[in-house]
Amino acid sequence: MRIRLGAKMKQNMMRIKFACGMLLFTLLSNPAFAAGGAVEEKFKWMTFAVFGVIIAITMYITFWAAKHTHTTSEFYAAGRTVTGLQNGWAIAGDYLSAASFLGIAGLISLYGYDGFMYSVGWLVAYITVLLVIAEPCRNIGKYTLGDILAFRNDPKKTKVVAALSTITVSTFYLTAQMVGGGVLIKTLIGIDYEVSVIGVGILMLSYVVFGGMKATTWVQIVKAMLLVIASILLVIFTWAPYGFSLPGFLQAVVGDTKVQAQVAKLLGDAASTMSPQELGQRFLEPGLFLKSPIDQISLGMALVFGTAGMPHILMRFFTVRTAKEARKSVIWAMAIIGGFYVLTLFLGMGAAMNVGAAKITAIDKGGNMAGPLLAQYVGGGADSMLGNLFLAFVAAVAFATIVAVVAGLVLAAASAMAHDIYVGVIRGDQATQKEQVVAARIASLIVGALAIFVGIAAKGQNVAHLVALAFAVAASSNLPAVFLTLYWKRTNTYGVILGMLVGGIAAIGLVLVSPNMTYPQQVAKDAKKVLEGEPAQAAKPAQAGEGFVCELFAICKKSEPAKHATADKPAKPGALEKLAKLKDKLPTLNDAAEKAKAEGDIAKLETDIKKAQDVFAKAEIEKVSMMGLEKPFFLLKNPGLISIPLGFLCVVLGSLLFRDKRSEAMWEELYVRQNTGIQSEPAAAH
Amino acid sequence: MTSPINWAAIDADPRFQALHRKKAGFLWGLMIFSVIYYFLLPIGAAYYQDLFKTQVWGPVNIGILFALSEFIVAWLIAYVYARKANAEFDAMAQALVNDAHQIGG
Repeated sequence: MRIRLGAKMKQNMMRIKFACGMLLFTLLSNPAFAAGGAVEEKFKWMTFAVFGVIIAITMYITFWAAKHTHTTSEFYAAGRTVTGLQNGWAIAGDYLSAASFLGIAGLISLYGYDGFMYSVGWLVAYITVLLVIAEPCRNIGKYTLGDILAFRNDPKKTKVVAALSTITVSTFYLTAQMVGGGVLIKTLIGIDYEVSVIGVGILMLSYVVFGGMKATTWVQIVKAMLLVIASILLVIFTWAPYGFSLPGFLQAVVGDTKVQAQVAKLLGDAASTMSPQELGQRFLEPGLFLKSPIDQISLGMALVFGTAGMPHILMRFFTVRTAKEARKSVIWAMAIIGGFYVLTLFLGMGAAMNVGAAKITAIDKGGNMAGPLLAQYVGGGADSMLGNLFLAFVAAVAFATIVAVVAGLVLAAASAMAHDIYVGVIRGDQATQKEQVVAARIASLIVGALAIFVGIAAKGQNVAHLVALAFAVAASSNLPAVFLTLYWKRTNTYGVILGMLVGGIAAIGLVLVSPNMTYPQQVAKDAKKVLEGEPAQAAKPAQAGEGFVCELFAICKKSEPAKHATADKPAKPGALEKLAKLKDKLPTLNDAAEKAKAEGDIAKLETDIKKAQDVFAKAEIEKVSMMGLEKPFFLLKNPGLISIPLGFLCVVLGSLLFRDKRSEAMWEELYVRQNTGIQSEPAAAH
Repeated sequence: MTSPINWAAIDADPRFQALHRKKAGFLWGLMIFSVIYYFLLPIGAAYYQDLFKTQVWGPVNIGILFALSEFIVAWLIAYVYARKANAEFDAMAQALVNDAHQIGG
C-alpha cells in the first residue's frame, strides 16, 4: 500500500514540478505578465534565474521529504526528529515574515528610531515562549493547540473552540501574507498580482501536501539562512565604509541631506527653526512615527503574549525529540531573530542615507522597498549588473519568505481542521494512520485553496492591521487558555471555552470599531482639506487628556489623548484655489520650460481634485463604516490592552463558576507531566 | 507499558515539590522582570524623551542604547534560564522520570 502511495505521489510531484516550470516559463516568455517593478526590464532574467534556483531547491526538499512522510506524526510533526538547532532556524523562518524582513527595515528607513523600537517587541515575545510555553507544550502536546487544551479539559468541546481559534488566527495572518506577498512581488518584478498569489499558493501547497511538516521545516530553514546571509552581506557593505563604528555610521546618517529632508517633511512647520544637524539627530530620537504611547503598549502586549499563542509557532515545538530540545530551539531562534533585528537597524538607516526616503516611497508608500533598493545601491546602482543581481537575490529571498511563512500557517490551520475537528471530534479519535494522513492532505488543499481565493478577493484592501489583529486574537484567546490550563489547578473546560470565545471576539470586535476601519465621513473631511485648504490656526497651549477611559473609548464629550502645545499655523491654500491661480498665471508665462512645469502642476492638481471629489461622492453613498459608525468608538489601533486581560478574566471566571470533574482529576497528571516529560510523545524510530 | 503511573504520588513526592518550588520562583521572577524591562522602552520613549535624546557617544543617544540593551537583556534572560534549566531542572526531572513507576507503586 505504502509503495503504491509513494509511486502515485512521485507522479503527482512530477506534475507539480511541471506546472511550476510552466508557470516560470510563461512568466519568462510573456512580458505582459512582468511589466514594471523595481527590477529593470533587461535584468529581469537574473531575478527569474535566482527564483528558479530557489524553487528548484525547495522542490528537491519536498521530493525528499515526501518519501519520509507516511504517518500522522511524520506529517504533522516531522516524526519529532528535528534537532534544536534546526528547529531554531525553522522558527526564525516561520516568524520572520515579509512584514518583518522588509517592513521593519522600511519603517526604520522612513522614521528612524521608532522603526527600530517597533522591532524590539518581536524578540521579547520569545521570552514568554521560552519560559512558560515551549517545554510544557512539548511534554504534554501532540500535534495541535487543541491537543494541549484537551489534555485535562473536555476533549471534544475544547478541540472545537481551539480549532476555531486556530483557523481564525491563521486566516487573518494568511490573508495579510497573501495580499502583502502579491503586492510585493508585483512591486519588485512586475508579475501580475493574481499570478503572484496563485504562484505562491501552488508552491506552498506542494510543500505542505506532499512533504508535510518535514518539507515545511526545511523550506523554512533554507529561507531563514538565505535571509540571514543576505542581511549580513548588505550590512557589511553598508557599514564597512565607516570602519564598523556605530557612532561613525550614525554620524553619517545624521549628516545626510536626504535624512534631514525626510525629518523636515515629517515634522512640517516645527522643522523651520531647526538646524540641519538637529534635523538629522531628530531621526535618531523617538516620536516620528509612533504617536500614542497607550497604543504602543497595547501592541506590545499583543506581541509579547500573542507569539506564545500562535498556533503555527506552538506546532513547531512538537517536531523536536524532547523538552530540552524545545528549549534549545527557542534559544537558537532568539539568537537568530534578535540578531536579524539588530541588522535591520543598519539596513534601515543605510537605506535612509544611501537611497533616501523619497526614492523608497516613490515605489512603495509603506517603505517595503528599502531593503531591496539598498541591495541595488550596494551592488553599484540601478544600471549595474551586480546591483541588479543583489536586488534579484533579495527579491527572491522575499519570495521564499512569503512561501515559507504561508506554508507554516496552512499546516497549522489544516491540522486544526483534520486532526482536531475531523479525527478528534467527528471520528472520536478512531481513525487509522492512513485515514488521518489523507484527511490532513485534503485539509491542506482546502486551506490552501481558500488562501489563494482570499488573497485574490482581498486585492487592494489594506490588510496591514491584520497581522497585529492575528497577534491580538492569539494573545487574548489562545494564550490565557493554554497558560492557565498548564499552570492553574482550577482551570476547567468551561473557563477555557468562555475565555477563548470572549477574548477572541473582544479582540475582533474592538478592531471592527477601531481607527483601523475606513470611516467615509473622516476620509471626506481630509479630502475637503485637500480641496479647500485649511484656515490659519492660532497657537494652542498644551492640553491635558480627559482621563484614561476617555483615551480608550469615544464615550466622553471630547475623547482625545493629551496634546502637546502647537505653534501658529498659517492658512494652507486648497487645491481648487491653487488651480485657479495657476490657470490665471498660465497665459502670462513665456518661457517654455516654466510653461511645461505649470501645465504638469495643473494636471496633477486636477487629478487630486478628481480623487477628492470621488471620495465625496462615495461618502454620500456610504455615510458610515462597515460597522455603521461615523467615527471610531474604540480609539486604539490594537485591542490587546483590553482584550488580553478580558480573556484571562473569563477563563478564571468560567472555571470558578462551573465545575468539571475531569479537569480537576487530570491536574496532577498534567502538572507532573508538563514538568518532567514522563510519557511524552516519543520520536519516530529512524 | 508497565504498571500504570501514580500521578498523585509523584505530585506529592518531595523531589517533585522541590522542583516545582524552584522552577516557579525562578520562572516568575524572570518573566516579571522581562515584561517590566520591555515596557520601560515605550514608556521611556513617550514620557522621558529628554532623557532618551541625551547624546552620550557621538550621535548615539540613550534611547538607542536602551533599545539595544533590550536585545542584550533578552539574550541574557535566555542564557540565564538555559543554564539553570540544564544544570538543575533537567537533573531533578530526570530523577523523577527514572523512578516514575516506583513512586507510590
